[in-house]
Amino acid sequence: MSLQVGLRGKAWFQVFTGKNSPMAGDPGSVLTADAKLGEDMARFLCVVPNPEGRFPCARRAEVGLEESYTLATRIREAIEQDKNGEKRPIIAIVDVKSQAYGRREETAAIFLATATAADAYASARMKGHPVIALVMGNAISGGFLTHGYQANRILAFDDAGVVIHAMHKEAAARITLRTVAELELLGHRIAPLSYDIHDYAKLGLLHKLLHVEDPDTPSQTTLSQVQKELIDAVADARAGSRDLSNRLTSEGARGMRRVGLLARARMEEQWAKA
Amino acid sequence: MSTATFIPAFVRRQSFIELDARARAQSLLDPGSWRELVGPFDRIESPWLPEQGIAPQSDDGCVVLKGAIDGKPAVVIALEGKFQGGSMGEVSGAKMTAALDLAARDSQNGKKTAAVLLLETGGVRLQEANLGLAVIAEVMASILALREHAPVITVIAGTVGCFGGMSIAAGLSSYIVMTREARLGLNGPEVIEQESGIEEFDSSDHALIWAINGGEQRVAMGVADELVLDDVQKIAATVQRYVKAGLPQVHRSQQIALYRARIAALDTSRQIDPLSLRESWKEKAKEGVAQ
Amino acid sequence: MEQLNFDYPSAKRRVIKKAHVGVAGSGDMEILMQPDATGIAHVSVLTSVNGFRSSWQAVLDRFFAKYDGAVQIDINDAGATPGSVMLRLEQAVEVIES
Repeated sequence: MSLQVGLRGKAWFQVFTGKNSPMAGDPGSVLTADAKLGEDMARFLCVVPNPEGRFPCARRAEVGLEESYTLATRIREAIEQDKNGEKRPIIAIVDVKSQAYGRREETAAIFLATATAADAYASARMKGHPVIALVMGNAISGGFLTHGYQANRILAFDDAGVVIHAMHKEAAARITLRTVAELELLGHRIAPLSYDIHDYAKLGLLHKLLHVEDPDTPSQTTLSQVQKELIDAVADARAGSRDLSNRLTSEGARGMRRVGLLARARMEEQWAKA
Repeated sequence: MSTATFIPAFVRRQSFIELDARARAQSLLDPGSWRELVGPFDRIESPWLPEQGIAPQSDDGCVVLKGAIDGKPAVVIALEGKFQGGSMGEVSGAKMTAALDLAARDSQNGKKTAAVLLLETGGVRLQEANLGLAVIAEVMASILALREHAPVITVIAGTVGCFGGMSIAAGLSSYIVMTREARLGLNGPEVIEQESGIEEFDSSDHALIWAINGGEQRVAMGVADELVLDDVQKIAATVQRYVKAGLPQVHRSQQIALYRARIAALDTSRQIDPLSLRESWKEKAKEGVAQ
Repeated sequence: MEQLNFDYPSAKRRVIKKAHVGVAGSGDMEILMQPDATGIAHVSVLTSVNGFRSSWQAVLDRFFAKYDGAVQIDINDAGATPGSVMLRLEQAVEVIES
């Protein structure tokens, strides 16, 4: 990964929206702007590094307390503004280190803060806003659950710096008493454990893997290419359901989540008779 | 005069914590009203654990009982804390999501069905990593869908507590019931110590852990609804009351302005004193609970 | 990881009930016991601890010396001691014969 976590997201936010500062009253770690995306005005949201942040454990693009409540506020604002009209797309640009790991965060109930943001994203989706997550860096654990994982469609850059996972390699190695090399080997064998985005793509959760020439400093051509992908994803989301069922009907799911799907089918059978 | 009147309450008390997930779930439903779905004899187990030399469990650590609570349709979904720390894998997550979705479907068709989640869990099962994480996102979505029609009641009794991504699911619930022994937090103390250093959180400091994540603290600061004794009858009665109460007027995870303001008011120049936080966050009225 | 199978043709008495005991947590095991379709007893053990076939054989031999039910026994074992194994088997029988 050539850029510090969170800076690629910031760069892309600027090329999408022409803006690079937070909305009035928001902390420096959350960028929100409405910008044209095809025929729509879409709301773009991004969590970025904020060295001057009030919370010491949330200064490097972690999703913490302020970030969660700000995301929730800006999403609900869009929902409220659009309640009687066209539902604008909501685009989560995801390049987050993780959730914030701090005592202040636990004391002030970060579990609730993150729930509030996830609630907002899901509510937008359930009300008919197409919610798209564009993963261009790290999307780890609670950070991704809060900012991006409630999306209708998930897109990711095909790049070594893009990692979707439940725990950082180093931490996972420590907890499972393995070396990082051993973990990587395990991931090659067992796809859900892999840190490679190509293996993640096999799980049937990803809408599309995008090959992007210059992910850190996008040219106009690259920008147009990615905008088109977002526009297509928005249309696809609008044409589909407002829940996450597409993740279960994909080809990847039918292969890699076969047993889970069996459990669902068996549950439905038995529920009817209970 | 019966012998029972001479037996002190603490002797009669039956510990909920000492029960396994199945027995806990059974204790909350009206006797004779329930059936277990996709239970042990269905043998739908994790396809990922044996490959890694770990013994699977016939129900993948998730128990689903469909029945009635106080005569009303309900489903109880319980995670077994003694199996892989109650962590979420492909199968346990699929069972939980499916049960929530079916409860939502019934509710939409006129048969309001509440869900009770017994969360004894560390979050994602690392041996299933990305499938565990994905399934938690799906559980969250399903809770939100059911929550439009019927209450989702989370009970955290201990000793594992509720951590990781599943704490976010707890945060989305209509009501959270905790014992004193229970803990609720996004990141466990060991993880914080590992990621941010021992000064940030000394995970050997048990008093600190319960002062921040413990049931008494969470209820006192208003982010959980009720503190309950580790007693089967009392917990069952509490769950009944919340099923009866129905949906709250506003779910806590939608009270954004309130919590945003509370966070803005925090003095972050030092660690936050949990006891002082209770004072400043004390709710004036139980605005969330339907009367 | 080992899959071990044992047959006990002398255990032929028909049973009707099922039993499930235990949790496959570390140092423990779960047992599923139910009527066997073939009319004799079969045991299938999936264990995370390799190299203990003879221990399993010994415990099961002792168990079936006292028990004659035609049961299918499935065990998921995460390192239970032989003593716990016997205990769990007896717990399961209590349910089946109740």
